[in-house]
Amino acid sequence: MSRVDVRKTHKLFIGGAFPRSESGRTYEVTDANGEFIANVAQASRKDARDAVLAARSAFAKWSTATAYNRGQVLYRIAEVMEGRRDQFITEIEQGEGVSRKKATNQLDTAIDRWVWYAGWADKYAQVLGTSNPVAGPYFNFSIPEPSGVVAAVAPQDQSILGLTSVLAPIIATGNTVIAMPSPVHPIPGITLAECLATSDVPGGVVNLLTGAPAEVMPWLAEHADVNALDLTGIIDVSVAADLEKLAASSVKRVRQPAPDADWHATPGLSRIRSFSEVKTVWHPIGV
Amino acid sequence: MSLLPTRPLTDTSSDGLKAYLKGLPGVDQVGLEARAATLATRSIKNESKIWAIDTAISMVDLTTLEGMDTPGKVKAMCAKALRPDPTDNTCPSVAAVCVYGDLVPTARDAVQNQIHVAAVATAFPSGRASMDVKLMDTKEAVAAGADEIDMVIDRGAFLAGDYAKVFNEIVAIKQACGTAHLKVILETGELKTYDNVRRASWLAMEAGADFIKTSTGKVSPAATLPVTLLMLEAVRDFADKTGTKVGVKAAGGIKTSKDAIKYLVLVNETVGNGWLTPDLFRFGASTLLNDLLQQRQRMRDGHYSGPDYVTID
Amino acid sequence: MTFDYAPAPESRAIVDIDSNYGLFIGGKFVEPKSGEYFKTINPATEEVLSEVAEAGQADVDAAVAAARKAYEKTWSKMSGKDRAKYIFRIARIIQERSRELAVLETLDNGKPIRESRDVDIPLVAAHFFYHAGWADKLEFAGYGPDPKSLGVAAQVIPWNFPLLMLAWKIAPALACGNTVVLKPAETTPLTALAFADICQQADLPPGVVNIITGAGDTGRMLVEHPDVNKVAFTGSTEVGKAIQRAVAGTNKKLTLELGGKAANILFDDAPIDQAIEGIVNGIYFNQGHVCCAGSRLLLQESIAEEALHSLKRRLQTLRLGDPMDKNTDIGAINSQAQLAKIEELTKSGEDEGADRWSPACPIPEKGFWFPPTVFTNVTQAHRIAREEIFGPVLSVLTFRTPEEAVEKANNTPFGLSAGIWTDKGSRILWMASQVRSGIVWANTFNRFDPASPFGGYKESGFGREGGITGLGAYLDAEDKS
Repeated sequence: MSRVDVRKTHKLFIGGAFPRSESGRTYEVTDANGEFIANVAQASRKDARDAVLAARSAFAKWSTATAYNRGQVLYRIAEVMEGRRDQFITEIEQGEGVSRKKATNQLDTAIDRWVWYAGWADKYAQVLGTSNPVAGPYFNFSIPEPSGVVAAVAPQDQSILGLTSVLAPIIATGNTVIAMPSPVHPIPGITLAECLATSDVPGGVVNLLTGAPAEVMPWLAEHADVNALDLTGIIDVSVAADLEKLAASSVKRVRQPAPDADWHATPGLSRIRSFSEVKTVWHPIGV
Repeated sequence: MSLLPTRPLTDTSSDGLKAYLKGLPGVDQVGLEARAATLATRSIKNESKIWAIDTAISMVDLTTLEGMDTPGKVKAMCAKALRPDPTDNTCPSVAAVCVYGDLVPTARDAVQNQIHVAAVATAFPSGRASMDVKLMDTKEAVAAGADEIDMVIDRGAFLAGDYAKVFNEIVAIKQACGTAHLKVILETGELKTYDNVRRASWLAMEAGADFIKTSTGKVSPAATLPVTLLMLEAVRDFADKTGTKVGVKAAGGIKTSKDAIKYLVLVNETVGNGWLTPDLFRFGASTLLNDLLQQRQRMRDGHYSGPDYVTID
Repeated sequence: MTFDYAPAPESRAIVDIDSNYGLFIGGKFVEPKSGEYFKTINPATEEVLSEVAEAGQADVDAAVAAARKAYEKTWSKMSGKDRAKYIFRIARIIQERSRELAVLETLDNGKPIRESRDVDIPLVAAHFFYHAGWADKLEFAGYGPDPKSLGVAAQVIPWNFPLLMLAWKIAPALACGNTVVLKPAETTPLTALAFADICQQADLPPGVVNIITGAGDTGRMLVEHPDVNKVAFTGSTEVGKAIQRAVAGTNKKLTLELGGKAANILFDDAPIDQAIEGIVNGIYFNQGHVCCAGSRLLLQESIAEEALHSLKRRLQTLRLGDPMDKNTDIGAINSQAQLAKIEELTKSGEDEGADRWSPACPIPEKGFWFPPTVFTNVTQAHRIAREEIFGPVLSVLTFRTPEEAVEKANNTPFGLSAGIWTDKGSRILWMASQVRSGIVWANTFNRFDPASPFGGYKESGFGREGGITGLGAYLDAEDKS
């Protein structure tokens, strides 16, 4: 008789902790063949509200941590993920119905993507910022600063690589985030949350809400204390347009959907730019 | 032209004080905090640690300043103040007990003349009351037997630039103290900038403070290493200029022996030996004492102690 | 009652020094073909720590060949992403072994353990961490869409910050795709050899990093080797000039980081207590063995006397002694030879009429020591105002106006760094725009960061280390026209 395994309860990740949805709801997640895998927490608008509070509360310290420190935290996420390779690969295989080889490739790229962004944290300011040669006796410099709290929708497929590609640039740049993993393949996202909780990421920097973006995103899009939206994972253009209209109520920065993105390709600076505000300072030069 | 004031302060109008205080050198926050952090790396071991712990104990103003204070609570605290370690009478007593004015009689009765009785006064902690009330607060405490008065400055007046009001209040309270020593609480957590703390320190010293004190302990941040370092620099420079030695009291937020020893290092390397005495340096604390006692026991017995081996109040 | 600090020695037990070391070539420690060894000592006690190999011509040839092979076969073919991961590994292992490395550095160099623990080693780790992230992002650094590496880099470093100077050289070289042969200074080889061990722990492909120990001759042979593409040198201006002559006419790219005689300029509105700390840090940190040391204090004349009073008062609390004691501020002078140089120049200061002062300072019996020293009434004409002493000796001059301060600060063949102390922002920026030095510190001093380019003007050298600018030294990024 083989051992009876202890099955996980899949909960939300808010403020560094794993609460159930305040609504008490879950939804069924199935594998590629329609077989039941698990009940996963279904986030409500109140969970979203709590997540925004957690993200805002974490923002002051995270945005003012040194870039070096943020880089090291992201690198540690990669370290912890590397230690859980097998778990991730099995979850991707099962959930997405892909071969082990493809699942491994996706995970490797995701881990390396964290390393990529870890290495950007203490450099992008040197590429995006500059001193500006204005016509007058002034020292003038521009520096990128984080936008604030970002609400993001991860791609529907490539459950771990898509989510990583969305999350990593947001937090590398000092922002905090509430993200919704792929609703059909949420489980690797929850495992990622466990990695975040056991690495050095302060609670509230990343919050993950599993559930239905159609239900939750409008609340986040209109939330006055969210500064930016990342609509990467929205497939329907009219849904994206509606969310952007809601976002206009507080003039949020909106990053458009990316339905055809090749997540394996090396990213440029676009996502870093999306969630940075450029501040320019003038100071006279004189005796 | 000089870096620090050399001429005596004569014009104590707001304008005169403004000019005087603005003439003080600025404080670079990053540099000050870096210096405090470096001094905090001093490693104090063995016989110097034993000495530091005993010295720190002798510098504690054991404090209770709660709405729910009763004579019973004050008496118990006074007993501990006189004999902090019931198992070891080589342990020094603390410097003073610190209570609200209406509990001074209880305190004085309990400690007799063995240690100081300090009373907070002048509408502690906010300082928001009329001058008459503040004077009465002070005089009653002194009459009841307090030989030290911890007053608060009017932070509202300071931040609004009414330096003359702040100055005159201190002068008046000092007079009301009679022979009692006056500690002037700057409430550095509300002054916010180090430049303000330097100016408030000099203002208080020029007005006659015997001690300048960081905080009421009711506002966070209370005492910190950088702010205390800054105040020690101020008393050093004041002594240089006038020959008068003013003391410094670090109050609030100092919980462990390690912290307390860091403060002693600051004193040692900024103003020197002369200030390493309860007459010129104090800790305003309550829970600190038990940690000092446990560390003292550790140094004596060779193993870590625990909360069962020190008394509550 | 005085608060004397009891001895607080850091434990030596954490390091494990072998009685002798070979050369690290092709991923392994090998015996020198030269058969020669020399001793390295602890300058605080004069005790012999170990014997290390003295690389001869055949050894230099082997090291360069190993670097070339690793470059051709492995490193230049490897993706930036993979190079990055090796360098990240090295950074993390340095962090893991940081206490051990700090102790080793203090034993071999003589600097206080507090400095190696709190300054040197954290910066070493940071350099590798920062540069690791560039390895796969060079296209964004402004050197073209696909900047190429150079090949084999020959690197010769000094004894004042042994492991940190190694980090400044090796991290960018590797990130940019080059392989290296590095020669540490002859008085401080041990942390470089520990670094070789770290490369093995990180499974760095053999030959990517080669460490050859030796003295001046080894260094000369290395930089003159025909199969080297890049030469990087940090050390004295004299040797730097010799290297520039030796490399002239070859295709080798060259960067030099040489001496300095920095002016630390104090205005009457400086935040005085922090300025005094900055002055003290500027010249007494690392016993003054710092190329960018603030060795000339330029005081605004109106406040000179008061500032000196504060400075001398502050110097009384400096603690000189056992570098392994956690409370030591001033450690040992690195060698007998360096001590002799400091003594010679200091004597010249007295002979030329400047006034010499030191706080009372008990000097240990064994080892090489020099008390923190201040010379006042110094003028630009004094040797102690012109020549780099490379010791804990401060020369104090005065100035009247900002323009005069700039003139005096610039009146030197050197141009590495300068310090400006004033509360006025616009003056900081004006002074910074006028001083001819590669680094300007305003209301601070001796601050280093891998993201911040470091290097000099004039005879302090050329080329920068750190930041985007520093990458350029290790890339083939010349335009073809």
